[in-house]
Amino acid sequence: MTALLRTEGLGKRYGRRWALSDCTLDVPAGHVVGLVGPNGAGKTTLLNMAAGQTAPSAGTIRVLGGVPGAGPAQLARVGYVAQQAPTYAGLTVADHLRLGARLNPRWDASLARDRVTRLGLDPRRRAGRLSGGQRAQLALTLGIAKRPELLILDEPVSSLDPLARREFLQALMEAAAEQELSVLLSSHLLSDLERTCDYLIVLADAHVRLAGEVEHLLATHHRLTGPRRDPATLPSGQHVVSASHTDRQTTLVVRTEDPVHDPSWTVASLSLEDLVLAYMARPTSTPSTGGAGDPGGMGRGGGSGGAGGRAGGAGHPLDTLRAAAPDSTGTSGTSGTMNAGGATGGRPVLKVLR
Amino acid sequence: MTWLAWRQFRAAAAAVAVCLAILAAVLAATGPGMAGDYASGAAACTVASAMCMGVLDTFLNDYKDVLLAVSAAVLALPVLVGLFWGAPLVSRELEGGTHRLVWAQSVTRTRWLAVKLAVVGGAAMAAGAVGGLAVSWWAGPIDEVATGDLARIGPLQFAARGIVPVGYAAFAVLLGVAAGMLLRRTVPAMVLTLGVFAAVQVAMPLLVRPHLVPPVRATVEITRGSLESLGAPAGGSPIRVSTRAPDPSAWLLSSQTVDPAGRAVGAIPLSLKSGPCRSRGDVTPCLAEIKRLGYRQHMVYQPATHYWPMQAIETGVHLGLAAGLAVFCLRRVRRLT
Repeated sequence: MTALLRTEGLGKRYGRRWALSDCTLDVPAGHVVGLVGPNGAGKTTLLNMAAGQTAPSAGTIRVLGGVPGAGPAQLARVGYVAQQAPTYAGLTVADHLRLGARLNPRWDASLARDRVTRLGLDPRRRAGRLSGGQRAQLALTLGIAKRPELLILDEPVSSLDPLARREFLQALMEAAAEQELSVLLSSHLLSDLERTCDYLIVLADAHVRLAGEVEHLLATHHRLTGPRRDPATLPSGQHVVSASHTDRQTTLVVRTEDPVHDPSWTVASLSLEDLVLAYMARPTSTPSTGGAGDPGGMGRGGGSGGAGGRAGGAGHPLDTLRAAAPDSTGTSGTSGTMNAGGATGGRPVLKVLR
Repeated sequence: MTWLAWRQFRAAAAAVAVCLAILAAVLAATGPGMAGDYASGAAACTVASAMCMGVLDTFLNDYKDVLLAVSAAVLALPVLVGLFWGAPLVSRELEGGTHRLVWAQSVTRTRWLAVKLAVVGGAAMAAGAVGGLAVSWWAGPIDEVATGDLARIGPLQFAARGIVPVGYAAFAVLLGVAAGMLLRRTVPAMVLTLGVFAAVQVAMPLLVRPHLVPPVRATVEITRGSLESLGAPAGGSPIRVSTRAPDPSAWLLSSQTVDPAGRAVGAIPLSLKSGPCRSRGDVTPCLAEIKRLGYRQHMVYQPATHYWPMQAIETGVHLGLAAGLAVFCLRRVRRLT
């Protein structure tokens, strides 16, 4: 089966800044792929290249086996709803459908008409006078009625209110199921993607941090809580994604294909959000295996507990690790775990922020 | 794709069509009256040649303003289409993000742009042809008698006549499109288009057009018939003369007095206060003296017969520039992001 998206060393440079660099992915077909990352992470750049809108500066990219935008045939196989769902303000809804019909050989006119009717869009209304949600729906209709094999959507719901967001994603998933099309969509909010995606790519700082099937990711990542110890002493099959420590306790997020048997650890499963945040907070320079980030909010100056932890751990080997951790990257407040050990008499409180 | 190109273009096309219709109405309203005036003037010329010059001068004076206004309208036409058809063609899509929508359809962007260029460029050339040929038809009687600046080969009239507006319009539109693709914003693209097009319009008559067809060079005797003026700006001596081209409706490029050796001289060492040139009213003795001294007038000019060859070449030059810009745009669109 041809890969939905395969990239090797893919990069895009704007002036002197790399918007995306060294991106290597191999996404099998038939997935609903979520692309998540903070603003400016390179999501739009990657999607633009996949849709054939932008040429790469480095590396190669193949979508459904073909070079994106290479010709009418490749363009017909890939639908694209760009960021902010652009439409022609001066053209009516009916004009847009006609545009789709004229420019796409596989256009499904009845599907487009039905969708527009179901959405309650007046065909005579100019697109410039539609609400943001209606415009997004019109753009999605153009994308779906084109009958592509892969539909790419860039932040399709960012301009929508929560209700419209849910309706939009629902409509998208229905269409994907009916037409058996693969979907690649991005968002800076994981919550948008959590319910819809079965494959996840995490981008941050122009680099791919994580890519894989959601189920597999959840099955191979664990949160280990136990007495304080050096993560370097873990078995070779367990790769530390993030680590946080108090003076008595260590909390790790590890990736491992094998079950964790060590009885000193309390093993808990991770939510997708915790998992993504753990990867996003990792510094870029850290290698993807065995590095020790500190997304757990145990950055310096993290309250009285943090201070106590530092005092108690003077000379401890973990201090070097802690020093290598990002210096209060600003992610500590929003990260998945917050450790306030010292403040509660040494008993760690594990709190998941939603 | 043609449908979309036309659908996006039709409002702008209608606006320029209205301008052309107004021009056509003005021409249609004044044309027959002018042709009638001309016919009666021509009749006067056959009856008594003394009346002839006066009648024709009156005729030219009557229609000079209309002629200049109509010419200005045809000169403005390429600017209009360059600014309002060419410059926004791509830049507006880039500004509104709609290029992402249209490039995501099953049409390569090269074809997308090629169709747009064909529709808009074709319309611009049609508009230029209508404007240029309508004015040429209307000004037919004037061209029969006009001399000097008003001659149709002269720099003021040439650009508004015949087929050159076709070349100008094509060039202006492609210039606008290219500027829009380079600058990615409509208003700066309009400014750049206007600047470059105006520069080309000024450079053409000054630097290029005189040499499109090799001009005629002639050294002729200064006679009453060719003399335009004779005077002495600095206190009566020396005197300066200027002459008309042998062909009255030619475009005179340069005219200098030369001495018997053929060297250009600014003035002739004669005085208006003494000698043969003293007599007021009759210049015959003065001209005879000038002839005796061997001074003649050297002129470089484009005769009226060069009008159509020059029209064809100048149109070709602009169509060539437009084609070059089209190639540039079609190459560049592949690399736009």
